[in-house]
Amino acid sequence: MTIFTCILLGFLIVCAIAASLSKSLLNSILIFMSYSLIMSVIWILLESPDLAVTEAAVGAGVTTVLFLVTLKKIHAIMKKEDEEEKHE
Amino acid sequence: MSKKVSKEQYEKTLSFRFRQWLDGTKDPYLNEVEMQKQDVHCEGEEETAHRQEVRERRREKIYDLEKNAELRIFKRFYKVFAVAFCCFLVALLLEGVSYLPTFGHAQNPANNEVAQRYIEQGLQETGAVNIVTGMILDYRAFDTLGESHVLFIATCTVLILLRFDKKEQKEQMEADDRTHEPKNDVILQTAARILVPPILLFGIYMILAGHLGPGGGFSGGAVIGAGLILYLNAFGFAKTEQFFTAKTYRVMSFGALACYTVCKSYSFYTGANHIESVIPLGTPGAILSSGLILILNICVGIVVAGTMYTFYCMFRKGGY
Repeated sequence: MTIFTCILLGFLIVCAIAASLSKSLLNSILIFMSYSLIMSVIWILLESPDLAVTEAAVGAGVTTVLFLVTLKKIHAIMKKEDEEEKHE
Repeated sequence: MSKKVSKEQYEKTLSFRFRQWLDGTKDPYLNEVEMQKQDVHCEGEEETAHRQEVRERRREKIYDLEKNAELRIFKRFYKVFAVAFCCFLVALLLEGVSYLPTFGHAQNPANNEVAQRYIEQGLQETGAVNIVTGMILDYRAFDTLGESHVLFIATCTVLILLRFDKKEQKEQMEADDRTHEPKNDVILQTAARILVPPILLFGIYMILAGHLGPGGGFSGGAVIGAGLILYLNAFGFAKTEQFFTAKTYRVMSFGALACYTVCKSYSFYTGANHIESVIPLGTPGAILSSGLILILNICVGIVVAGTMYTFYCMFRKGGY
């Protein structure tokens, strides 16, 4: 159990650093989502299922979706298609 | 106008004169004034060239480092000042922290009799098996009331910032939405058809059983909101607008917040005046137990679910 928790905590730290250092906005959002997911598993291990459910629903679910919609609105994840159009 | 009045008659009425005064066509001293539209501003080539020249010169004067001594000094010392200010802030906050009670001391506020009382008497006093729910919706219900209102205010802010009221803007946004989002995606629709009902049921279960096990209004509402968002993504606005519009959200959140406030004011009033509450606590463990907690959970759940869904709609389309 403790080894599992340690691995999860390591992942958590790696995710936190990677999310802030990632150059691509889409990547950092996805990493942030996995951060929330790991956090919710850790909450379960810390015996607080209430928080785990909230973290999974809000952190990994709704917040990520809102970020993605915003990225789409500011045309930050349409890049590939635009480039293809230019080549054509 | 319900009744047709001839023009001469209408000109005698008070509303017509008020209208004249409001439009500025009639002045009390000058009598009738003819209002003229302002000419469209157009500038000649010389003026444009002059304006651009002035702008260029200004840019040189302001942004050129060699000529602008102030900017040079600012650029040089900006980082130094930033670091110094950060250090100052850190020192100030650390100074504040040093006045906090020492960690783990027996006399700390965290170790007073409140926690023990919650654990030992919570079940008898609130009737909730889940002690966390008992705390946040009974002992600390006032905090949760503020929390729900914060959510409501957040939605209002998002509405103010992102909502489109004009018809042309709305149509524009709808056209944009159609190009951006996938429509009639078979994989997404099939997945949503299977997943959405269990998600919504799970959310409702968490709200209704918040006082019996893990869950509660906030998490259950968030799950329901996420389910609604998935449904919207799969089937589009045409389907969701059949049951969820801006009016639905208004009625729902107002009703939930008002219900929460009334219920909690009742229990505060009776509690503060040592009056017996009429609402029975019931047997702990039954679904209809623990007094008002079930109702409060439902109210919070409705507010949270509506908030999540409204956020998504506003971010995506700027309206329902």
